[in-house]
Amino acid sequence: MPNQQSSSIAQRFEQLKQDGRLALMPFLMAGDPDLAVTADVLLSLQSAGADMVELGMPYSDPLADGPVIQAAASRALDAGTTPTGVLDMLRSLKGQLQIPVILFTYSNPLLNVGMEAFCQSAAEVGAAGLVVPDLPLEEAERLSTIAELHGLDLVLLVAPTTPQDRMGRIATCSRGFTYLVSVTGVTGERAQMESRVEGLVQQLKQTSPVPVAVGFGISGAEQVRQVRGWGADGAIVGSALVKRMAAASSGEIAQEAGRFCAELRAAADQP
Amino acid sequence: MTSTLSNTSTPDPSSLRPAVRPGAHGRFGRFGGQYVPETLMPALAELEQAAAQAWNDPAFTSELNRLLKNYVGRATPLYEAERLTAHYRRADGGPRIWLKREDLNHTGAHKINNALGQALLALRMGKKRIIAETGAGQHGVATATVCARFGLECVIYMGAEDMRRQALNVFRMRLLGATVQPVTAGTATLKDATSEAIRDWVTNVESTHYILGSVAGPHPYPMLVRDFHAVIGEESKQQCQEAFGRLPDVLMACVGGGSNAMGLFHPFVQDTSVRLIGVEAAGDGVATGRHAATITEGRAGVLHGAMSLLLQDGDGQVMEAHSISAGLDYPGVGPEHSYLREIGRAEYAAVTDQQALDALRLVSELEGIIPALETAHAFAWLEQLCPTLADGMEVVINCSGRGDKDVNTVAEKLGDQL
Repeated sequence: MPNQQSSSIAQRFEQLKQDGRLALMPFLMAGDPDLAVTADVLLSLQSAGADMVELGMPYSDPLADGPVIQAAASRALDAGTTPTGVLDMLRSLKGQLQIPVILFTYSNPLLNVGMEAFCQSAAEVGAAGLVVPDLPLEEAERLSTIAELHGLDLVLLVAPTTPQDRMGRIATCSRGFTYLVSVTGVTGERAQMESRVEGLVQQLKQTSPVPVAVGFGISGAEQVRQVRGWGADGAIVGSALVKRMAAASSGEIAQEAGRFCAELRAAADQP
Repeated sequence: MTSTLSNTSTPDPSSLRPAVRPGAHGRFGRFGGQYVPETLMPALAELEQAAAQAWNDPAFTSELNRLLKNYVGRATPLYEAERLTAHYRRADGGPRIWLKREDLNHTGAHKINNALGQALLALRMGKKRIIAETGAGQHGVATATVCARFGLECVIYMGAEDMRRQALNVFRMRLLGATVQPVTAGTATLKDATSEAIRDWVTNVESTHYILGSVAGPHPYPMLVRDFHAVIGEESKQQCQEAFGRLPDVLMACVGGGSNAMGLFHPFVQDTSVRLIGVEAAGDGVATGRHAATITEGRAGVLHGAMSLLLQDGDGQVMEAHSISAGLDYPGVGPEHSYLREIGRAEYAAVTDQQALDALRLVSELEGIIPALETAHAFAWLEQLCPTLADGMEVVINCSGRGDKDVNTVAEKLGDQL
C-alpha cells in the first residue's frame, strides 16, 4: 500500500525544502477554452517552473468560486468538457507531464461516479491528489481512506474562520499538504492579502504534519513573495492565471500562461 | 392508492423518531449532511448551538410566540372548503377538504414563520446583516419584512428571470428597505440565487446571518427551518381535533424545496395512519424534461450543501428546472423529503403548469381564494386523489400562500381564456 511519504506530492515538497524553495502551484480550469489548449497550457506551466498544478474539473454550481473561475467553468462546460474527457486528456500527457497534478473537483461530480471509481480512474491517468472544496473534514474521512488506497493525496482546506483545535484536526487528516484558504471568501484576486494571513500561516505550520500551501486571493508576484516571507511552503495562483488566459488571443494562451508562470517563479525564487 | 404514487411500504417506526430526523452529522438516512466550504463550518456549528439554546430559553419561545400571534397573525384558521368538497363529491360520497390558511399570514405566505424565527436567532447571535435567497419572492418579502421590524440590514439575492416574473414582490422588498441583488448566472432562477447567497455568506460570515428559506441547505438548516414551520402542523393537529375529533386521513402540500410541506408533516410523521402527500411541479410534463419534479425524477446528489435527490445529468452537472411557479423552479429538494420518500413514509406526485393553472382558477371560483401558483400544485392533485378516497375521509391541504403576486403570470397564460 502506498503511504504519504512516498507520494509524488510529498517527494516534490521534500526536494523543494532541501533546495529552500517555495512550491509554485498554478490552477487552471480543464476545458477552458477546450481540452487541447489545456494540455498545451499544462506543459507550458511545467516548462515555466511550476512545481505542481491544480486542475479544475468544471462544475455547474461552483459555490466556492468567484466570478473569474465561475466564468471559466461555464466556458469549459459550454465547450462540452466532461470528467471523462479531462481524464483522457491527462492520460494522453503521461510521460510528458512530470509534475504532480492535483484534481480540484466539487463533491457532486465525484459522488456521481462514486468515490471508489473516481479515485481509481484519477489514479490510472496519473493524478497525484484531490482537492474537494465543498467536502469539509466531517464528510472527508471516507474519501481520504479510499484515495490513499489508490495512492492519491486528499488535500484538506483550512479557512481563516477555522478555530485552532479544528485546524489541528484538519491538518492531521490532510495528505500531501494542507491548503490554507487565505481569505474569508470565494476564489478571486485581491489587491492585498489580509494581514492576519501571516499569523494563520505560522499557526498552521505549528500543527500541520504536512507542508502548508496558501491559496485563494493571490494575484501576482508581489503576493507570492509575501507568502514565502511568511513561511508558507507553497503558493497557489488561480484566478489571476485564468483571467490572463481568457484575455489572451486564441493562439497564444499557452504562451501567455507560461510567461505569467515564469514571472511568478522568478518572484518565488528571488533571494 | 393511485399507481403514480410509489412507496406504499410501512416504514420501521424507529426510522420515524425525531432523534434520527436528523441523526449524527445532520443526516436523514443517507441524505443531508454538510457539503460546504470549510469557511462556513464554524458558522453552521454556531447556528446549531444558538438554535438549541434558544428553543430551551423561555424568553426566546415566548417572544417568538408573541410575535407569531400579534405580528404574523397566528393561529391561521383551518377552513372547511365546502364548495370544493362538493365539487369532488361522488354519488357514493367523497372526502371532506380543509385548508390550512397560511395565505392569511402577514406577507401572504407561510414563509414568515421561518424568517421571523431566524431573525430572532440572528439578534441573539449579534449578527446585524441578513442575507437571503428568493425564488417567487415570498421568502424575500418575509425576510425584508422582519429585517425592517428589527432594524437589520437586508440583502436579497434573486434570479433576474424571477425578478421579471415577480416584479410586484421586488417592489415590496425595496419598499421594505431591502437591497434586491439580481443574479444573472446560470438560469437566473432560485438555484443561482441560492449559490450567490452562499458565496456572500462565505465572504461575510463573521458579520452576517443567512436566513435560508427552505428545508434545504447544509445542516442545521433543514432541521431549523422545519422546526420554525412546525407550528403549521401543530396548529392543524389541534384544529382537526376540534373540527372533527380525530387525526386527518391525508395531508397534502406543494414541494419545491419543501418547507411548507415539512412544516405541516412534521408533527404527524409518527402518526402513520395519516398519509403525507407532497406535490411537485411537472412543468411542461415530466416526459418533456422541462420540469422541477426532483423527487419523482431525481437521483441522489449534492447541491447547496446537502445530499438529497437532485435533477442532474450523467456527469453530475445540475440541470435546469422548469416551472410556471418561481417558488417551485428548483432542481433540488430538502433532504428530509428524500428520506421520507425513501423509507416509504411520504408519497410524492407531480402536476403540470396547466394542471396548476386549472386548479388556481377552480379554487378562485369555488372558494373565493386565489392561491399562489405554488399552492395551486397541491390543489391540482385533488383531481387524481379524490376519486380514490372513501366517503368521510378528511383531507388537509396546506394553503401555503396567496396568489396576488402571480396575477401577471396567470393573466399572460389565461389571457385568451378569460
